Amino acid sequence: MMKRDECFRVLARHISDEAVVATYSSAVDWVAVAPRVLNYTSIGAMGLDSSHGLGLALGRPDRRVVVLQGDGSLLMNLGSLVTIAAVAPKNLVHLVAQNQTYEANGGHPIPAPNVDFAGLARAAGYAAVYDFSDLGVFEQQVAHVLEQDGPVFATLHVEPSKPLTYDYPSLYDPAKRKAFKAAWQQ
Amino acid sequence: MPAPDPSPGSPALSGSAIIAAIKASGIEYVLSVPDITTSSGLLAPIAQDKGFRLIRVCKEDECIGIASGLSYCDKRALILIQHTGFLDSINAIRGIAVEYKQPICMMVGLLQHEPEREPRASSRYGVRIMEPILDDMGIAHHLISAEADVAKIQPAIEKAYRESGPVTLLIGRSPA
Repeated sequence: MMKRDECFRVLARHISDEAVVATYSSAVDWVAVAPRVLNYTSIGAMGLDSSHGLGLALGRPDRRVVVLQGDGSLLMNLGSLVTIAAVAPKNLVHLVAQNQTYEANGGHPIPAPNVDFAGLARAAGYAAVYDFSDLGVFEQQVAHVLEQDGPVFATLHVEPSKPLTYDYPSLYDPAKRKAFKAAWQQ
Repeated sequence: MPAPDPSPGSPALSGSAIIAAIKASGIEYVLSVPDITTSSGLLAPIAQDKGFRLIRVCKEDECIGIASGLSYCDKRALILIQHTGFLDSINAIRGIAVEYKQPICMMVGLLQHEPEREPRASSRYGVRIMEPILDDMGIAHHLISAEADVAKIQPAIEKAYRESGPVTLLIGRSPA
């Protein structure tokens, strides 16, 4: 089992001009680790992170998009696995932090804590699928995960984190959306 | 009570004219879950039209997220769904289209609507509540039920992208 913020610190060392789509606890940890203009944290409805990511990937096939989704969020939009696999954007990397809880909503368990998200993504038809529970292994393979043709999926098995502060006005700041758009179109 | 339209697929509304208006609006992506009102007159020909990229999704709210992502790339998308899918996607529409003021353009088939009636007077509860919900959410909407209504499509989509806000085009009868 890994810690999400440690995973993201490892990931951040490999991120340059990618769009990173993140929400809720993943967004809090990610923006703390990597505050950058190309973070996309205005999702608008739980679960749609993966769908926003697909739109960004379709619209800029020359750029890479990384989605950092929580397990509760993906459960709300499981069909997006099938949609993404069918559309098959080569530039989309879909990482799901599985901490087995709705962390932003009180830490209650997800309906099936051990659901096999990697298995679901594989069955949906993602081009490559990974399952990481060891930080050293993730560190060793993350560059390849990010560089290969997608859609790529990886489950990151992480512990529930310590209580986080959710600064939603900052995450959903319209000025950040505007800045993201300007940067993403360059 | 008025009699139901004997020919729901009446040529009173031309699918090819609607598709031409969609194209003239600069729409490149069509995001859809099939809707029986627009199935043969719109979705089927759009699926064969190389001028569009059709993305078939599993559930309608996915469309809202995908269209939002595309809008950050200045790519125009039309969401082609049924009114039941609109109702199912209200939270996504609330957050992304209304609160974030994203240019989300929806073409919504009014399933089982009686074309000779105004949607607010429909005998179908789901149809009857559509326009009041759109009004309450502050979403611009236009009824496309006769050939003359097709002229509303391009200006509505252009306005949505120019002003960055949502618009809903309600398809009140099956286009032929």
